[in-house]
Amino acid sequence: MSTISIGVDVGGTFTDFLMFDTARREYRVAKVPTTIDDRARGFLQGLTELDADPKAIDWLVHGTTVGTNAILERKGARCGLITTRGFRDALELGRRTRPYAYGLSGSFEPLIPREARLEVRERLDAAGRVIEPLNEDDVRAAVGKLVEMGVESVVIHFLHSYANDEHEKRCAQIVRSLWPNANVIAGHEIIREMREFERGSTAAIHGSIRPIVARYIESVASQLSEKGFRKELLVMQANGGMMAASVVGEHAVHTVMSGPAGGVLAAAAIAKASGFRNIITGDMGGTSYDVAVIVDGEPVITAEKDLAYSVPIRIPMIDMNTVGAGGGSIAQIDAAGMLRVGPESAGSFPGPIGYGRGGKDPTITDADLLLGRINPAAITGSDSPAPLDDIARILEEKIGRHLGLDAVSSAAAIVDVAVNELAGAIRLISVEKGHNPRDFAMMPFGGAGPLHAVAIARELGIPHVLVPRFPGLTSALGCILADVRHDFVQTVNLPLASLDRAEIDRIFAQQVEEGHALLAREKVEVEKVTVRHEADLLYRGQSHVIRISVESPGFDPEASIEKLAEHYRARFGISLSEMVPILVNVRTTVIGERESLDLSLFRPQVKGNVDDARTGKRSVFFNGEWMETDIYRRDLLPADARFDGPAIVEQMDSTLVVDPGARCRVDDIGNILIDVG
Amino acid sequence: MPGCWLKDKAIMTIDPVLLTVIEKGLQQVCTEMDIVHEKTAFSPVISEAFDRSNGIYALDDGSMIAQGEIALPIFIGVMQETTRSVIKARDDLEDGDVILVNDPYFGGTHLMDVKMVRPFYYRGERWCYLSNTGHWPDTGGMVPGGFNSTATEIHQEGLRIPPIKLCRRGQIDSEILSLVLANIRVSDERIGDIKAHLGALEAGARRLTALLDRYGRETVEEAIAELRRRSEQMMRAHIETIPDGTYSSVAYLDSDGVVNEPLEVRLEVTVKGSDISFDFSKSSPPCAGPLNSVWATTISAVYGAMKHIFPNVPMNSGCFVPIHVDEPRGTFLYAEYPRPVAGCAAEVSQRVMEAVFLALAQAIPDRLFAAPAGTSGNISLGGYDPEEKRHYIMYYFSGGGYGGWWRGDGISNGCSTIGISKSQPVEILEQRYPIIFDEFALREGSGGAGKYRGGFGVRYRARLLRGEGKASFLMEHGRFGPPGILGGKPGAPNVIRVCRGGNVIEPEHISKGEGFVLKPGDWIEVQTPGGGGYGDPAERDPALMERDRRRGYYADQSETETVD
Repeated sequence: MSTISIGVDVGGTFTDFLMFDTARREYRVAKVPTTIDDRARGFLQGLTELDADPKAIDWLVHGTTVGTNAILERKGARCGLITTRGFRDALELGRRTRPYAYGLSGSFEPLIPREARLEVRERLDAAGRVIEPLNEDDVRAAVGKLVEMGVESVVIHFLHSYANDEHEKRCAQIVRSLWPNANVIAGHEIIREMREFERGSTAAIHGSIRPIVARYIESVASQLSEKGFRKELLVMQANGGMMAASVVGEHAVHTVMSGPAGGVLAAAAIAKASGFRNIITGDMGGTSYDVAVIVDGEPVITAEKDLAYSVPIRIPMIDMNTVGAGGGSIAQIDAAGMLRVGPESAGSFPGPIGYGRGGKDPTITDADLLLGRINPAAITGSDSPAPLDDIARILEEKIGRHLGLDAVSSAAAIVDVAVNELAGAIRLISVEKGHNPRDFAMMPFGGAGPLHAVAIARELGIPHVLVPRFPGLTSALGCILADVRHDFVQTVNLPLASLDRAEIDRIFAQQVEEGHALLAREKVEVEKVTVRHEADLLYRGQSHVIRISVESPGFDPEASIEKLAEHYRARFGISLSEMVPILVNVRTTVIGERESLDLSLFRPQVKGNVDDARTGKRSVFFNGEWMETDIYRRDLLPADARFDGPAIVEQMDSTLVVDPGARCRVDDIGNILIDVG
Repeated sequence: MPGCWLKDKAIMTIDPVLLTVIEKGLQQVCTEMDIVHEKTAFSPVISEAFDRSNGIYALDDGSMIAQGEIALPIFIGVMQETTRSVIKARDDLEDGDVILVNDPYFGGTHLMDVKMVRPFYYRGERWCYLSNTGHWPDTGGMVPGGFNSTATEIHQEGLRIPPIKLCRRGQIDSEILSLVLANIRVSDERIGDIKAHLGALEAGARRLTALLDRYGRETVEEAIAELRRRSEQMMRAHIETIPDGTYSSVAYLDSDGVVNEPLEVRLEVTVKGSDISFDFSKSSPPCAGPLNSVWATTISAVYGAMKHIFPNVPMNSGCFVPIHVDEPRGTFLYAEYPRPVAGCAAEVSQRVMEAVFLALAQAIPDRLFAAPAGTSGNISLGGYDPEEKRHYIMYYFSGGGYGGWWRGDGISNGCSTIGISKSQPVEILEQRYPIIFDEFALREGSGGAGKYRGGFGVRYRARLLRGEGKASFLMEHGRFGPPGILGGKPGAPNVIRVCRGGNVIEPEHISKGEGFVLKPGDWIEVQTPGGGGYGDPAERDPALMERDRRRGYYADQSETETVD
């Protein structure tokens, strides 16, 4: 079957496009500036650049940061809250924290301001029994007030709604009857997990972005259909799956952080195709470095992240850890005379000195430029070459003078400190998740990821680095590779030994049914539907859960108890047989699998040998000395090309630095596999 | 390998890049110990509340070389005091030995903070000490959990362990272990905690060996000396920005839990050039109840306060050099055997910090904040649940308002100043215990008025549903609200109310009390303090006052922040 698939990832600065045409066995890429005022415009312009006829596109999958940005910049829709009497401040009080471990200053603004948080009489206990019935007059009065305030969405959040959703349902019914509007959200529709602050925060995030995300996706979808696009527009989710644009409103919260998730999903697929099942990904952006751990070919999914200080989000997301430094991180000498890199960043404006937009602080990118690691004549988004003299002067003045180093040695010092810090942070992330980094391969992506990957891998004792064909377009590739995916969770909270197993099977069955119904509504052509069941377990007294996969129908509590015990034996070498195992949550994932795309499409088609790809030499500073270094053009590297470091590989979306002593080979699907030596 | 090319050049003094790299390396050794400790511990106080600390301490005097950053601020100075005490007490340590100690008078805090100290050997030679501490949920004593408010000697508070060898040459001494376990509640879970302590020390030893192998023993030693010098230099640079002079302050404790009279932390801070001295000698004498503080906790509270004021100073013993704390012998801040000390780590330490904040606010108001709520708000409720057919003990602690600061209002429901632990959600508490909350709310009107007002405390009321329960409270700031600075008003004081059979009473000691027997339908209510205000309330931006009114922060007219 011939299909044309396009992945579109709208980032803060650039919108990336990747197109696969399976019939002609070819791909195309494009990168256009993101049009902040009207993101849809950039979207359509990119399609034009790809020369893609909307009528012929079979799959169009879109990753967007519209929702994420609205929350981070507190530019969400005006949202109102109706909640249990006595608990309207849950969102403002949080869990007794402060922004930083040291220092008692700082501020916090809740997503929904206090005047828009209204209480109604109703109460359930922890088992879901009604203690006080819902007072419907209170609800009507609250709706009146909120509408008068001019809210754009209403969130209903009652205590213990995960155990019994009747009050939330009835309340939503009343609100919708008085204020017929898609932006009425009952918390249990989003998640059914206990912890009122976290669940309420997730619902508030959803309420704040639902109108914005829905409006944006509708606008893109309608413009596409005007241009003749006949299929359903698809939207990426943070869990690494996608969903139909037609249901994006009711699942708006799942678009948060979906861009990076797409990147990790693609990384997992590429690595698997190259024979690596365990990898650590490193995505270096302008201000940060995102790390994910992929175990046995699957990205790790977590549901315990904070989007910002005191803004937890509890949807299933690909587990991403933001650490250390990005290209724009500023180097400085602190009051103790120590060299520090970050956490302050020059951002994208003015950005590094090298961008020539008035940046005056030395950054990691500037150090890379001065050391010859990045081509100064090819700065993305700039027509003029990087002002190396300015960089050298500022480096000497702000760094070198204090350390007794010249400009070049200062730049080398910045790179060394940054590499060391990133490697240390990656080590700790792996250790925390119970892994040894030496058992992994490293996959850098993002435009700047490959600049330091070899050095970081060496520092960690990681033997191989795998550089994908388009490191800068990984999120867009993730869009193309994603399946349709929906996750369901229900808190149960019962001792495994005594619960009614038929009841658990019934909950699982209901989740499966909901998933199928959703897939049917989405009208996406999937090849088959797979279902996965999982259970969150713990011993009574603990509060962090262990997730295991389970079978249903035929849910077997004894087998789950044994799996929990095995986890503790394997990871910590302890047996807790006298403790009471509790089934906290049951989870179901329904996946609509698409026709899988053949990544061998990336196999280089160029003939000739590796020498043809060598386009020149330049001096690059490695290990304390300038070395004449071969420069390769990525798109001219044939399959199975072999070359050794020192080398630089340049391409439209990224630069790879191969340190001396490392050996490279282009594999069957176009990846560069580096033996770091 | 980054950094290595520098070493090859045989530089005499240590290279600046290598210095940063080794600094981070030492820090990561500690962080890895912290992670192993918390992931393997069974005590939820360790695994979720981060009530633990791990570090590397010098061979000669136990001074801090590095310590994990994500730990309770109270442990900043305590760990080196513990290690120092162990070095003095034991000259018979061998490779593989691990010392167990929780004696507060041996460089400790309260009995629940159990410490382990392990001499670290590199290539057969003792090179430093690795130490850690973890809060055990119980160490025996008159009340489960240890937070009593009425003990009059330490023997009532729990099992006191002097520095003894838990491990000899790598082997756990099973006789010591059985003695310890026989004297604490829920002892089976503690075996897991002991293994977590030991596992963290082992991880530290492994990583530190790797670090020394890589950079060389001499280079690392040179770096440590240099880092200490730099840290001192940075702390001195900060102190120099404080105008020379003497600044005094008083922080009050409600009572010691036994004698119902306030205690005073009287502080005189003297700044001269780049040195700063703290004199607490005019503070109250030792008290009868458990609100005494041991020396290690007092000095650690001063260090913790300085770190809150100057957060960016890298933590090693160098930054303590210009900070001089006179031993306040003869006061309740220098408790000696057999004074009870259960309240020292959670409460007294916060009053010490408050005194430091209030004194320095006079000197550098542009970098300070008014007093925070400053109490851990410990409450315990124990009883038997007839429906679940089991005994339970609930520990709960709550936050309060932070003081207004130089650029904004204080945070509401902030964590205690000595802690970083999150509180438990109402839904979890109601799952686990036979209680139901009538409310868990922002305490309106509690933030002290000011140009930048204090943050708000919380108000919660929990009702017993089944069986009989017994409640105890160990809190502070009930008589006096957290003070404001520069003309700001104090935050509202802590309030405890207990309703039994329809009668509402307040504890005699206002913020402390034990043994309140509750029947179904009875309730307890706690209103935690708001933060103090910063600056004259008359200077408050009218737009912010209007916003606060709209939000109903000052609903009650008597508490309105409008100034006459």
